Amino acid sequence: MVEDAVAEPLLRWIPLLPMLSAVLHAVLLGVLRRPLAPGAVVAISCGTPLLSLLCTGVAFSSLIALPGGGGFLLDPAYTWIGGGLGAAAFSADLSFQLDALSGVMALVVSVAGFAIHVYSAGYMRADARDDRGFQRFFCYLNFLLSAMLVLVLADNLLMMFLGWQGVALCSYLLIGFWYGEAENAYAGSKAFIANCVGDLGLLVGILLLFWSLSEAGAPTISFRGIEAAFADIAERTLRLPGAGGHEVLLVDVIGLCFLLGACGKSAQFPLHVWLPDAMVAPTPASALIHAATMVTAGVYLVCRLSFLFAAAPAASTVIAWVGGLTALFAAMIAISQRDIKQVLAYSTMSQLGFMFLAAGCGAYAAAMFHVVTHAFFMALLFLAAGAVSLVLHHEQDLFRMGALSKRLPKVRVMMLVGVFAIAGAPGLSGFFSRGEILVATFSSELTGHRVLYWMGVLTSLLTSFYAYRMYFLVFEGESHVEREVRARLQEPGNVLLGPLYAFAVLSVLGGYMGLSQFWGDMIGIDRSDSLGNFVRTVVVSGARDGLSAGTEWRFVATAVAAWALGAAGAWWLYVRNPAVVERVTGSLATLGHVLSNGLFIDVLYERVIVRPLVVLSDRVLYRGVELRLIDGLAVNGTARSIWLLAHRVLRLPHSGMTQGYLFLMLIGMLGILLYLVG
Amino acid sequence: MTIEVVLFYALAALAVFGALAMLLFVREVVASAMGLAVTMVSLAGIYLLLEAHLIAALQIIVYAGAILVLFLFVIMLFDPNNDDFDRADPPQIAIKVAGIAAALMLGVAIAGVVSAGLPDAGELPEGFGGFRDIGLQLFTAYVIPVEAAGLLLLAAMVGAVVLAKQRID
Amino acid sequence: MLPIDHVIGLSAVLFTIGTVGALTRRNLIVMLMSIELMLNAANLAFVGFNRIWAANPEGSALDGQIFVLMVVTVAAAEIAIGLGMVIALVRNRDSMNVEDHSVLKW
Repeated sequence: MVEDAVAEPLLRWIPLLPMLSAVLHAVLLGVLRRPLAPGAVVAISCGTPLLSLLCTGVAFSSLIALPGGGGFLLDPAYTWIGGGLGAAAFSADLSFQLDALSGVMALVVSVAGFAIHVYSAGYMRADARDDRGFQRFFCYLNFLLSAMLVLVLADNLLMMFLGWQGVALCSYLLIGFWYGEAENAYAGSKAFIANCVGDLGLLVGILLLFWSLSEAGAPTISFRGIEAAFADIAERTLRLPGAGGHEVLLVDVIGLCFLLGACGKSAQFPLHVWLPDAMVAPTPASALIHAATMVTAGVYLVCRLSFLFAAAPAASTVIAWVGGLTALFAAMIAISQRDIKQVLAYSTMSQLGFMFLAAGCGAYAAAMFHVVTHAFFMALLFLAAGAVSLVLHHEQDLFRMGALSKRLPKVRVMMLVGVFAIAGAPGLSGFFSRGEILVATFSSELTGHRVLYWMGVLTSLLTSFYAYRMYFLVFEGESHVEREVRARLQEPGNVLLGPLYAFAVLSVLGGYMGLSQFWGDMIGIDRSDSLGNFVRTVVVSGARDGLSAGTEWRFVATAVAAWALGAAGAWWLYVRNPAVVERVTGSLATLGHVLSNGLFIDVLYERVIVRPLVVLSDRVLYRGVELRLIDGLAVNGTARSIWLLAHRVLRLPHSGMTQGYLFLMLIGMLGILLYLVG
Repeated sequence: MTIEVVLFYALAALAVFGALAMLLFVREVVASAMGLAVTMVSLAGIYLLLEAHLIAALQIIVYAGAILVLFLFVIMLFDPNNDDFDRADPPQIAIKVAGIAAALMLGVAIAGVVSAGLPDAGELPEGFGGFRDIGLQLFTAYVIPVEAAGLLLLAAMVGAVVLAKQRID
Repeated sequence: MLPIDHVIGLSAVLFTIGTVGALTRRNLIVMLMSIELMLNAANLAFVGFNRIWAANPEGSALDGQIFVLMVVTVAAAEIAIGLGMVIALVRNRDSMNVEDHSVLKW
């Protein structure tokens, strides 16, 4: 790997431009209290992401133009924390780096971010529930984009953590955007708290990594520095307290800590509970946060530290299993949901599970490939769903839609493209990227990789099923829409549809960026500069050896079969024989109940963690410690005992009689005299 | 026993007599002041015996002169025979307590003096205690305390004027 | 030669009488006089001790007498203020009895 950093002062403007816009909005709204006209808001808030996108594009093209692999652009804007000399020198800079990994990610984030900003301009104007909401929304959205770009472009862990917290804050603000309803504010808090649990893990991981590197004599937190010095700590073991003298690899511990952080951000089991609730956010925000960008931060983190995870077998196994299980059970839950955004939320979780599965199996490039394609088709689905629910006056219940294909032909086509892409129809992006992951899972050497592979195939089938189920319930079958609404239905405007077209094109063609060797040869595309190979210049090479053509064909056949089976099943159940659905639902009432409540994990957390905590806080800490001990004994007790002392004892000599004071003075003098003489 | 020692004991007796008179003339304030005057004059005599000529002179001028006259002025300003002057004898318990405390103090002080075993006053150098020596000391080594004392007197003067003029409510 | 310990003893006796006066007499002016007496007793002790130091063969000292000068200054200032206060108090309350001036506790 060639370690040559090329200075590129353009990089700092990529996150800075949206940040400036957000700050401008914040000052205008919060300090000056002078909201701008909506037109000006749109011009500023959509203009800065566009400029930022252009900067990203320029930087990315100059990255590609660099000779040789492994080069990267660096913009050391400012030394944030610095100190030490020689080998012990440490610095955490506000510096941005653009290499293959962060370049791809930044490009996805800026493209998706810009498109969603444009979509928001149309959506939020139709949905402005109060006047200031419009500008406030764009303030948050700009800030989110900026924080996400900081996270992606950071060249060290500390700065990444900064962006990481920034997106958590924005996600909280956007989920609770319509804070007038208590439920929304609650969902925002829930997301923030679940993220905080993960962030604790991330922070512990960062500190552990830094501590061990310092002990090894290379105190650094920049990604390049860590990678360079990583060999010193790769073999180190820790003796865990309470593990009975069992020694574990240090990197495994660090990896698990990072995994916890990634789970919180990417909504993986057991920290996934916030994502379904987060769907109360405005739909464009859901698309930006919970589909295209923020939730993939966890995957990005794992890929960014791929050298670490590659050396941590236990952590990798856990990642793969967490991902595989989350993918499967989220897909199962998605089948049972009535709310269109809930279906998409669980679907996002499921797709993120696939990415974790890939990362756990060492196929980091495949994980990044799926991040990219997922961003495209999931944003497409979210935006299409948002368009549908917008024209239906905020109707989100799948069973109160239906037969919309004639009324909304353009939206229907867009939705259909998204459904085909996510379901894994051959030739579209989801097919290629998920196929990569499944092949990588099958050929990895993890414990139980066969089981994981078949879980993945089953999940693919379920994915296809719930995607088509959603489509059929919305656009086909009988209409359950109210008559008046139905009569006045019309397609949304071009501001809303434009981003849909863009994402549809990307969803169709996105898969061809990262074709595997097999498909490249098959279609006749030179894949030497494919996405996978490009990203592999940075992440640990998980390049699979060429399998035999027969094996490849078997994988393809399985994937196509899963897609076809799911699609056919959905068609049969929801279009052909809708009556069967009711019978099946009736006979499997318990299962449906369990699934539609998200396996009762929320209830479990409520019972096991929240309630004991509340009881502890209220009974012991508040009533016992705070009221009795601190207020009662320490504060009031002190005051009362001093009052008593003053009232009963110290008051006595203060008679007001001059000679009484004189007498006391004499006693004092006598004491001094006795001391001096004696 | 030299004449000096005899004189000292005589003056000491006179001083104690004056002090007791001040203490015990309960009804006559002017008599109390006269008793104090006796003590101060006899103390001036003792200072002379102790070769402190300047102090003896100041004792007469400042204490027996200025301060006592000031006291008498104030006494005369109000009716000296007013019953309110010393309306009641001090309560017995106060006298007892004060007496015990004072006796204790006296005992401690005398015991301290005895146990310290003070040396006798030796021969004085030639020309000791002249005004010239004290003046030199005052305006060289002690110049700052002297200035401070001047400031104190000024402040006291201002304060006395203010206090005597105003009617405090 | 004077017996210095007797001089100091006389000082102690005078001081005690002054103390008893200040503690027991109710008349404000007499209380002030008693305090003057106590100051005088202290002065006597200073001069007495200075007499010992004056005969010190290693170099005579005058510090005791100078201290007496300071005490005299302070006493003069104190009496000026004290009598001023007495006048003010008597004007206000029409009484020279210290028991009538027991409002110090507020």
